[in-house]
Order: sequence, then C-alpha cells, then structure tokens
Amino acid sequence: MVWERRSLLGLEELSKDEIELILETAKSMKDVLARPIKKVPTLQGKLVVNLFYEPSTRTSSSFSLAAKRLSADSMGLSVKKSSVVKGESLLDTAKTLQALGADAVVIRHGIPGAAKLLAEEINIPVLNAGDGVHEHPTQALLDMYTIMEKRDKIAGQKIAIVGDIKHSRVARSNIWGLNKLGAEVRVIAPKTLLPVEVERLGVEVYTDLEEGVKDVDVINLLRIQRERQDKGFFPTIREYVKFYGLRKEHLELARDNVTLMHPGPINRGIEISAELADSNQAVIEEQVTNGVAVRMALLYLLIRGGSKDEKAIT
Amino acid sequence: MELKEKKELIDQDGIRRALTRISHEIIEKNEGLDDIVVIGIRTRGVPLANRIAAKLQEIEGEEVKTGTLDITLYRDDLTTIANQPIVHQTKIPFDITDKKIILVDDVLYTGRTVRSALDALMDLGRPQNIQLAILIDRGHRELPIRADYVGKNLPTSKQEVISVDLEEVDGEDLVTLKEYVGKN
Repeated sequence: MVWERRSLLGLEELSKDEIELILETAKSMKDVLARPIKKVPTLQGKLVVNLFYEPSTRTSSSFSLAAKRLSADSMGLSVKKSSVVKGESLLDTAKTLQALGADAVVIRHGIPGAAKLLAEEINIPVLNAGDGVHEHPTQALLDMYTIMEKRDKIAGQKIAIVGDIKHSRVARSNIWGLNKLGAEVRVIAPKTLLPVEVERLGVEVYTDLEEGVKDVDVINLLRIQRERQDKGFFPTIREYVKFYGLRKEHLELARDNVTLMHPGPINRGIEISAELADSNQAVIEEQVTNGVAVRMALLYLLIRGGSKDEKAIT
Repeated sequence: MELKEKKELIDQDGIRRALTRISHEIIEKNEGLDDIVVIGIRTRGVPLANRIAAKLQEIEGEEVKTGTLDITLYRDDLTTIANQPIVHQTKIPFDITDKKIILVDDVLYTGRTVRSALDALMDLGRPQNIQLAILIDRGHRELPIRADYVGKNLPTSKQEVISVDLEEVDGEDLVTLKEYVGKN
C-alpha cells in the first residue's frame, strides 16, 4: 500500500486499504503520545495552516497539537466567520497560503465541497476538517480508530449512530468509512432528522431507539444542535430526550460491553444521561486523544507520504 | 537501473557464528549481563536482536529483555527517497533509563539510520550507555559513528548493495552482494 493521495477530502473516495493505512499509522502516533517526550522530529520545518471559516475549538486545537507533536509549525489564519466565502475569495486565500510557504492546509467551511475547491487551486495537501453537511473525515477516522481499539476490529461490528443524521457530516463520513471496513451500520433518528433516501448510504434505519440499539456493539451519539429546534425539526428538547436520549435502561438491550461514543462537546442529559457519560463504557475522552493521533497520521502521510516497500531502505 | 546479484557472501552457518561471537564479546566487554537490554532496529535488526538475546541467555543463563525500534519518524532522508516508509510501532515494554542498550541492525552504511535510532532512544529515556552491534559493516560512513560489535567487515563500492535475508523475514539466512547495472 502506497499513499498517493495529495489531499484528504472525505472518506467516500478512500479505499479500504487507504483507511487501514491511516489507522495503522495512527497506532504508532498514539504510542508517541503516551511517552514522556510526546514529540517526534519528522515534520520539522513544515508549516500547517488552519483555515477555519466556522467556529471550532476542538478540531482546530486537535490539528494544531497534532502538527506540533510532529515538530511542524501550526498557524491559524483568521477568517471572518460571517463572510460568505465564494470561489473567488477562497482562491485569494489559497494564494496567500502559498505565499506563506504552507506545507498543508486544514480547512473547515460551511459549504459542501469547499475543501475540494481549495485542493484544486493549490498544490499542497488540503485536509478537510468539515465542509458543510458533506464530510468530516478526521472525526470519522478517529471514531473508527476508537472502535478498532475498543472492539479489536471493525468488520462485523454492529454500530448505531443516533441523532441528527440529516445535518451531520460526522454521520456521513462514518457511514462511508465503516461500510468500507465491513461494519453493519444503522442510524437511529426521528424521521425529520433523517436525510432523504438515507438507505442508499447502505444503512439500516430505525426511528425507535429501543429497537435500534438491540444487540449493537457500539453506540455513537451525535450532538444535538439546539439551533435546529427553532427550525422545527423536533418539537422540544425535552421530547427529544424522552425518545432519543440514551439512558441506562437502553444498555440492557445492546451487547453486554457496548462502547459509547460521542464526538463532543456533549450536552449532558440530552443525547446521553450524565450517568452514562461518566460510565466506564463511555470512551469520549479517549476519542479526543485518538483524534490527535489520527490527525498526526494524516499530516505525516500527506506531507511525507507512506509505503510498505521497505526492502529498499538501508 | 537493475539490481543484479554478484555473489553470496555469508551463509546460514556464517551468520550464526558471527552472532555467537558478538554475543561472547558483549558479555566479555560488559563483564556479564547486568542492566543489558537488546533493541533491534526495524526491520532486520529485530530478528538479529532476538537471536543475540537468546544467545546471551543461553551462555549466561540470565533473562535478557528485548525491544523493537522503529525510526521512521526520526529519519532525515524522507524527502530524498522515492518510496516513503510506513510508520511501524516501537515496542520497548520497559524503561530504558540506566540500562546498557545493545542496539542491533543488519547493515552499517552511512550511519544515518543509527543516528536516527540514537535520537529515538534518547526520547524514550536516559540509558547508561548505548553499544552498537552490526552484522555487516560495509563502509562509506557519512557521520562519525562506529560499531562496537561487527559480524563482518565488507568493503563495498557505492554501486553495490548488501542484501541481508533472514529466516524470520525472508525465509532464509543469506547475505548477498548485489550491484546496480545499466544506466542511472
């Protein structure tokens, strides 16, 4: 397996082998994070620019930390949150990035396809950190890494994704990635929060939480965006919690040692009860650590490249 | 450019004898095996390290700890080689601080791999000392690095390649000399 892709735009376009190479590389990166000296020199002198058109603390911090752990410099290029960025201004930004001598760009943007557009304009790696409702590949990869670590494998695992599937790039990337690695993916949500023709993504669809979590190995809870409520996708938060908030009694329906995941930040008592969020089955903090490891792996692979041809090296 | 085999240099018995001698030298130099651990550099340093550790154990009757070092993230030549190496896990399940490390690799050439390995080890702890054991020293050093234990010195030209096959990785024990022929 040779890493040939210049950019990471989404999981839909990645092959199973490519995903496995990323996860395998992340394993070594996680080892680095567990050492007393949590830094390696491999990307010394490289510059990674974070370009976030949507507010995000977690993902951008995770990317900066990943860059720093590899000895690269990380820099945020501040962009106006409110500006509707069209092709032209993104192109101008691209020129600025090249002038700065960036070796990779991490972009989050509200418009689906923004990362792809940027990747077509510049000749350095672009990492998609979320493009509208399209994809959030690094979140999905860290979820998959966590599943692999907790469950030993992904193939054959029954994985439930619960919540606002319709507006979730995390769900979309997860579904594409998990399906490629042979998981059985199901989504659980009220009809109003399911995208049209969701079955075509290759998932089983449940509108009832109790039915949906039956025998699952992993439950991945999506964050409820409170602002959606104003748009009438669900009547009240209280009603959502009643029907879709995960509580202890639901776990009895799932596999014994079911793994509970959440991309964070969690709304305690909404997507998941406080009791479960603090339980041993919840791996929410580990997901954060794994996020750094996965992003290190991607920065390494995209900036340095990777291959299994080792005989040539002495 | 094509890589052609020129001749077989060392067979299975030769490799075994070289490792046995190195093991005796390690014990002699260190006056026993106190604080000694053996760490192999991926890929082919690893089986060699395991064989040396087994031999040390056989001779002295003491258990010797072994580890595996991946130096990919410490290399200085990643931009110059065509195929980029995959990152493997370093597996050293013990604290190396105050240990005497026998660092093992198959071929010593430019010294850059060893330089990377030294950096990687220093990030893991503060060993008492590091000693280098090498199956083949082929010369052409680019850094001030030398081996403490050498299986065989084989002067080569830069067009030549020393290929070390080991049973654990390649199915047989054999050291061969190869040469690049044809146009560059």
